[in-house]
Amino acid sequence: MSALIAIALTLVLAGAVAVVFTDDPKRQAVTLSVYGLLMGVLFVLLSAPDVAMSQIVIGTAIVPLMVMLTIRKIRGSGQ
Amino acid sequence: MSGYAYAVAGALLLLGGLGIARSRDLVHSVVCLSVAQSGTFVLLLAVGYQQGAPAPVFGSTTSPNDQVVDPLVQALALTDIVVSGTVTALLLALAIQIGKQHGTVDPDELSALEG
Amino acid sequence: MSRTVRWCVLGVGLAGVAVVLGMAFGSMPDFGIDRHPYRDLAVAASVSHGTANVVSSVNFDQRGLDTLIEETILFGSVVAALALLRPSDEEHLHRPGGGRGPLEGTRAVGYLMLPLTLVVGIDVVLHGQVTPGGGFQGGIVLATGLHLLYVGGRYRSLERLRPIPLFEYTESAGVVVFAAVGLATLAGAGSFLANTLPYGTFGQLVSAGTVPLLNVAVGVAVGSGGVVLLAQFLQQLILVSTDEAERS
Repeated sequence: MSALIAIALTLVLAGAVAVVFTDDPKRQAVTLSVYGLLMGVLFVLLSAPDVAMSQIVIGTAIVPLMVMLTIRKIRGSGQ
Repeated sequence: MSGYAYAVAGALLLLGGLGIARSRDLVHSVVCLSVAQSGTFVLLLAVGYQQGAPAPVFGSTTSPNDQVVDPLVQALALTDIVVSGTVTALLLALAIQIGKQHGTVDPDELSALEG
Repeated sequence: MSRTVRWCVLGVGLAGVAVVLGMAFGSMPDFGIDRHPYRDLAVAASVSHGTANVVSSVNFDQRGLDTLIEETILFGSVVAALALLRPSDEEHLHRPGGGRGPLEGTRAVGYLMLPLTLVVGIDVVLHGQVTPGGGFQGGIVLATGLHLLYVGGRYRSLERLRPIPLFEYTESAGVVVFAAVGLATLAGAGSFLANTLPYGTFGQLVSAGTVPLLNVAVGVAVGSGGVVLLAQFLQQLILVSTDEAERS
């Protein structure tokens, strides 16, 4: 196992801890976006460019965008 | 040391589960579910990895006679990512409707099943 | 159940899963070994069908039925999200306000990047059998790229250039074309989604038989699905309001 992959795995683990323990969903959307980028880097290091492309587009762009829109909608109507 | 990749994949799954359980906001738990799903992607790719092998795309640098990384698990992880993103969208739509109907998205306050 | 008891149950559950995972990982092959029997079979099959991108070959040629089912899952989730986010009886759509619009710099970046992103998305979809990419990735790039219109402009310009019924039709068309190609090969060669078109030259744009066709079908379906999904969320946020909120 090369050192680069070990470092990338550790960064992904740290990113996951950050995402799970951020309680405010607004901030969590941003942390999720960074986490998606870290995962994309890990996938490129594991020689998987197709999967990295998918992960970056979905996990860094689409899902945080929808989380932000959901939060705006929920805060606006109920609470 | 070689089991580190598998250990990280398992840790991501457990972290996601812990996040869902301690969550006070439905949107927060949906994001933690997404983290748990990402653990499976890491596990799939770790199973298929070969030390020093290039990506399974043949071109000017990789000829079909070289040994490449396992493409089957990459195909599985690829469609897995897209479908899990869409399912996350569905869950967020559900959270919006729950917020509208009950005025709150705190799971502890949503425990009563209304008739 | 009090909170402490719940935490104990959670701890026991997580510990149990961790133990089982540890036992499983202990008897798995090492990370990074060079014995991958499925890889040898998949690469041999892909090269014999003239596909340079083995992952695309696995997705659309060797496991085409699985991809059709995944596309259907995507379609079903988009339909369900649409049904959930449809304005109910007490809500109605109101016209979006004018507003100041974004900063000049954001508008410039949005209008510059929009054609570039669309072209890159189409390129990723079309070259799926030759370079990393394909229908799924390119489709989502197209869907996100279209929303640069919203980031760099106003919601009204996005609305005008994005008729939702058109994208609903193209999403269904993508799924139907995929199944139709499968049925055509069933009628022609006797098995569903067999690769019957000529294989072309290895590594060129026109190669790998039916894979480019299926790539385009999936790209159209996934891109339109993404646009429709984001449209629902944006519409909920910007246009929908209940009568009480309007009156207050």
